[in-house]
Amino acid sequence: MKVRGNVFKYNDNVDTDVIIPARYLNTSSAAELAQHCMEDIDKDFVSRVKKGDIIVAGANFGCGSSREHAPLAIKESGISCVIATTFARIFFRNSINIGLPILECKEASEKIKAGDVVEVNFDTGEIADVTQGLTFKAEPFPPFMQAIIKEGGLIPYLSKEEGK
Amino acid sequence: MGMTSTEKILARAAGLDEVHAGQLVMAKLDLVLGNDITSPVAIEEFARFGTDKVFDKNKVALVPDHFAPNKDIKAATQCKCVRQFARRMEIKNYFEVGQMGVEHALLPEKGLVTAGDVVIGADSHTCTYGALGAFSTGVGSTDMAAGMATGKAWFKIPSALKFNLTGKFRKYVSGKDLILHIIGMIGVDGALYKTMEFCGPGVASLSMDDRFTVCNMAIEAGGKNGIFPVDEKTLAYLKESGAAEPRIYTSDEDAVYEKVYDIDLGSIESTVSFPHLPSNTKTLSQCPEVTIDQVVIGSCTNGRLSDLEIAASILKGRHVADGIRCLVIPATQKIYRDAMKEGLFDIFLDAGCVISTPTCGPCLGGYMGILAEGERCVSTTNRNFVGRMGHVKSEVYLASPAVAAASAVAGKIADPARLD
Repeated sequence: MKVRGNVFKYNDNVDTDVIIPARYLNTSSAAELAQHCMEDIDKDFVSRVKKGDIIVAGANFGCGSSREHAPLAIKESGISCVIATTFARIFFRNSINIGLPILECKEASEKIKAGDVVEVNFDTGEIADVTQGLTFKAEPFPPFMQAIIKEGGLIPYLSKEEGK
Repeated sequence: MGMTSTEKILARAAGLDEVHAGQLVMAKLDLVLGNDITSPVAIEEFARFGTDKVFDKNKVALVPDHFAPNKDIKAATQCKCVRQFARRMEIKNYFEVGQMGVEHALLPEKGLVTAGDVVIGADSHTCTYGALGAFSTGVGSTDMAAGMATGKAWFKIPSALKFNLTGKFRKYVSGKDLILHIIGMIGVDGALYKTMEFCGPGVASLSMDDRFTVCNMAIEAGGKNGIFPVDEKTLAYLKESGAAEPRIYTSDEDAVYEKVYDIDLGSIESTVSFPHLPSNTKTLSQCPEVTIDQVVIGSCTNGRLSDLEIAASILKGRHVADGIRCLVIPATQKIYRDAMKEGLFDIFLDAGCVISTPTCGPCLGGYMGILAEGERCVSTTNRNFVGRMGHVKSEVYLASPAVAAASAVAGKIADPARLD
C-alpha cells in the first residue's frame, strides 16, 4: 500500500495534550475530536489538512497521556501516516491497535521539510520525498505487528486468532 | 543470563521459564483498569469483539475520576456509559462517586494490586503500582478492550535502567524531588520503552507514598514501567490493604541493565519542573523569582495522606498569600476522611485553601481550577505541557507538596526550608 501527501512538520516531544487537548475529551466521537486536532500547537492544522497528508516529527512523538483519542483524532483528520524519529510507547501501541500507519525513521524526520510532497510505501518501508528527490528507508515492523496492521487493528486480529 | 524482576513477572504471566528484552509475549492479566475518558472508547471496541462477558468480572476496575463528579453534560454521558457497562457486566470493582478516588491512589488502597501482578490500565499513570513490586503499565482503550475480553495483552519485554539509591532524603525532600531530578537527568524519553528499576540500600528509607510517586512518573521519562523491590514496608502495606498473597520476584545479580545510575538521596534538592516539559528541571537554589496565581496539591502523583500532612505542616499557622488560589484535593475518600480526622482540614481552611472532593480535575485541565491566559500554577501533579491546565499561554510548574505549600504562602515559588 502506498500513500502520498503534503507534510506537516513538528519538533521533538509532541505530546498528546497538544494533539488533542483534554478539554475536548468529554466526547469520544472521532469526528468531533478531529475538529480540534493539533490546535494548541498549530491552529491552522485543521483548516489546512487534506486527506492523505503526512505528519513528520522528531523524537518521542505522542508522549504523555494514554488517550487513544490522540491517534484517533489524527487518523480522522485525514492524515495517512506519521513519520517520527521515535514514538512514545503508548502512542505507538495505540496507533498499531487502531490501524494508524506510523514509521520510525530518523533520517527522514531530519531531512523532510514542511510542505514537501512525500510518498510512503508501507510494504517496503520506503519513504520518498518527491519535492527534494530524496529517499529513506524505515525500520520494518516485526511480523506480529504487521499481522495486526494487516487485519486493520488489534480487535479484528484477536477475533480472528480466537476463532482459529 | 539472569532476569530482572520485571522479566520474571512477565515470564510467569506468559507461561514461560525465561524471557529477555526485545521478546514479544502474550501475557495473562491480573487486572484491567479504565477511567471515564478511556473506558467509553474501550467499551465501543469491546462491543466489536462480539462477546457479552468480560474475562473475569473481579479483574476489571472502572473508576470515573477524570471528569467526575460530572463536569458537564458530555462528561455525564461518558460516566453514564461506564456505569451502565459496569452494571451490565457485573463488574465488581466499579467505584461510583462517593466511593471513587483518583484511580492510582484508589486501587492500591483497596488492595486490588499485589506484588507480582501484571496490570494494564487505560491511563498512562498505571505505572504507579510498580511501587508494590507489580508490573503495571499504561495502554490505550483498544488494549483495555482486548484485555477485558481476553484477559491478555501483548508486550515487548522491556530493556532496563537501574537506579541504585543510597542515603536518605534531607528535610522537605521527597519522592517527587527524586523523580523530577531523574527525569531532568535522563530526559522525557530517557527511559523510552524501558523498565526503570529502583533498588539499593536507599530504598528502605522511602515511604510507600514516596515509592508510588516515583513509579507514577516513570511514564514522564518515557518508561514502560517503574518497579521497586518488595520489602517489609511493601508487605505491611499489602497486608493492611487486604491485597492478595504477594508473589515476590527479585532481580538476579547477573540481570542485564542498559545503564546503571547511582543516586545519593542525601544529595537530592527540592526540584521544580519549569514549563513546558517535566524534564525542564531546576533545583530551588537555581530558581529565578516566579510569581504565581494558583497552587494545586493533589493528583495520582501527590494526593496521598503523607502529601497532605507535609503541606499542612507548612501551612499551619500561616496563610495563603493575597490573591493566590490554593486547591487541596485528597486523592481518595479514605485519604479525605483520614486528613479530616487528623485535623488537616482546619489547617487548610484557616490558611485560606479550598478542599475538593477526589478528582483528577485540574491536573489534565479538565475542570476545578483551570488557568486563564498568562496565569501560573505550582502543582504537585505530573505534567506541565502547553495548555495542560488550561489556556495555551498558562504555565504549570511541577513540584512536591512541600514546595507547593510554601509557594502558596509566599505567592511565588518558594523553599519550605526558608520558612522555618
